[in-house]
Amino acid sequence: MFKKILIANRGEIAVRVICACHEMGIAAVAVYSDVDRASLHVRKADEAYPIGAAAASESYLNIQKILDVAACSGADAIHPGYGFLSENAKFARACADAGVKLIGPTAAAMDAMGSKTKARQVMECAGVPVVPGTSRGLESFEQAQEAAARIGYPVMLKAAAGGGGKGMRLVHAPEDLKSALEGARSEAERSFGDSEVYLEKAIINPRHIEMQILADERGNTVYLGERECSLQRRHQKVVEEAPSPIVDADMRRRMGEVAVRVAEAAGYTNAGTVEFLVDEKKNFYFLEMNTRLQVEHPVTELVTGLDLVHLQIRIADGERLPFTQDQVMIRGHAIECRIYAEDPDNNYFPSPGKITLLLAPSGPGIRSDSGMYEGWTVPMDYDPLLAKLIGYGTDREQTISRLTRALNEYFVGGIKTNIPLFRRILSDRDFRAAEIDTGFLDRLLNQKQVEAAADPREIEVAAIAAGIFAALGSAAAGAGDRAVANVSAGSKPHTASNWQTAARKEAMR
Amino acid sequence: MIYDIIIDGKNHRLDLNRVEGRWSCLLDGLEVEVDAVLARPDVLSLRIGNRAYEVKCEQVAGEMHLWVGSARFTVEVRDPRSLRGRVRAVDDHGPKKLTAPMPGKIVRVLVSQGDDVEAGAGVLVMEAMKMQNEIKSPKKGAIQKLLVSAGAAVNAGDVLAIVE
Repeated sequence: MFKKILIANRGEIAVRVICACHEMGIAAVAVYSDVDRASLHVRKADEAYPIGAAAASESYLNIQKILDVAACSGADAIHPGYGFLSENAKFARACADAGVKLIGPTAAAMDAMGSKTKARQVMECAGVPVVPGTSRGLESFEQAQEAAARIGYPVMLKAAAGGGGKGMRLVHAPEDLKSALEGARSEAERSFGDSEVYLEKAIINPRHIEMQILADERGNTVYLGERECSLQRRHQKVVEEAPSPIVDADMRRRMGEVAVRVAEAAGYTNAGTVEFLVDEKKNFYFLEMNTRLQVEHPVTELVTGLDLVHLQIRIADGERLPFTQDQVMIRGHAIECRIYAEDPDNNYFPSPGKITLLLAPSGPGIRSDSGMYEGWTVPMDYDPLLAKLIGYGTDREQTISRLTRALNEYFVGGIKTNIPLFRRILSDRDFRAAEIDTGFLDRLLNQKQVEAAADPREIEVAAIAAGIFAALGSAAAGAGDRAVANVSAGSKPHTASNWQTAARKEAMR
Repeated sequence: MIYDIIIDGKNHRLDLNRVEGRWSCLLDGLEVEVDAVLARPDVLSLRIGNRAYEVKCEQVAGEMHLWVGSARFTVEVRDPRSLRGRVRAVDDHGPKKLTAPMPGKIVRVLVSQGDDVEAGAGVLVMEAMKMQNEIKSPKKGAIQKLLVSAGAAVNAGDVLAIVE
């Protein structure tokens, strides 16, 4: 087994991987940028090395700096997490050349799946259902016109190198095709340095369901069930769950077998995810393969009872999968909420800053994968994902009630988070009835929210609490920017003497 | 101690005293039975009668928010004996400052000095945490001053422009 693993990432996923290392008796090496010295992953690691400026290109995306740390720390493997270098075939090759094991698939498998058009070609050969469309880049407007007419409008233009909704255009009618093609091309060029664009039949408001697979390096591949990821905002997932409310045992087996065929066609090893679009008639089409651990992997862990990071490490170490497909059981239901530092009342504006108070939920059926702590200042330089709150229960209904309970306990003070959004989603009638598709969240957010009148009893409570906080002064103050509770809005805050503070504390017993 | 507590524009007079280790409390002239324990800084466990509440205190950019369950109240505490602390009514007249809601980078400036803008019209585009967002004009008027240009790094609260 590996002695030491370098984690080439930050935030909650770096903390998650460090946990697995420590559980397996492996030393964990953290890397951090200038603004991440105080981050949680550095506190949790056994060794930590600075790798440069805040900009990811100077630090977390810098292959050479990360390999230098691997060499000088003596790490024998690297876990890339998700994002950053996790799907970078060049990085995979550089690790192989440097003699460090990358915990993930080979560079060749990443290459096969990295381009959407190449992946479509491989899948068509393997007999995997794909959304009708072109499997090669469009060479001309005329070719696009002809292909769109053949498969029928509406069509979707997509960047071959794309992701995250960039370089994508929905086209309803032939007269819009030309400008959409030009727009998608230039956006793809700007975002990915590759203007290759292809065309697919547009499936309107599909469900987005993905299948987790695991492959060892001895030719065994299994599927671990699906995740329903239809709740998205700006093509970014917000809530994920397992199992999907619309997938029964037969559909799971069919999707799982296709996913295994996809992985085998690409010569895939380690953990991966095959994404499908599912239409209203439950037809599923291959969308793409993610060649890394997913953000939402905990929901699969909870319903299968497996630890995917442990398994990733063991597979990378050359072990055989310790179970067969028949032994994989789905039990109960799990739902994940992605807690972002963003302001739901202000158009989901990012909200970095200092966390003055943090009360994290716990109790039955609650898992919290977090990268934050009280007193930490959330840097503005990276993705705003702070933590993931995952609920688990006997069935979907119990899971929703547990999560709702936990969300009411969850308090992040000092910055804004999207926690209120989840309360709204979880209490929505359509969500509770599992009537969800990729258009669900936009529809929900477009509904005018009826401002509930404040409960007069709560106003009374707030008024009394305000007075008590003011009377207690600095004794009651936490990590916020106030020295004392302000007694008078215009007056200078005065700092209570230690004697006063002690007396006030005494009075509170 | 007497406090004026303003919640949602409404004033509540609170007369708070400690008598033999217990709080005695008059809210708008009515006696309320209160028992309070500071569970940890910024977290108060309250019993009002026999009902239990947990109240969290959050102090952001000079504003005090109190959370009762998941309901948030912006409160202002004043000492009625003090003449300071009288807050002027907020009005829409006169110049309005556009401030940065968070630290970040100015990506684009959408207007020029002197331009007329509608309330809610985009003035600047800011980027933070890989997201671009428009900063909108708080009122209808003219751009009196532009204090930043594209590429500038700004901190939360920095004045970006003034609309008159």
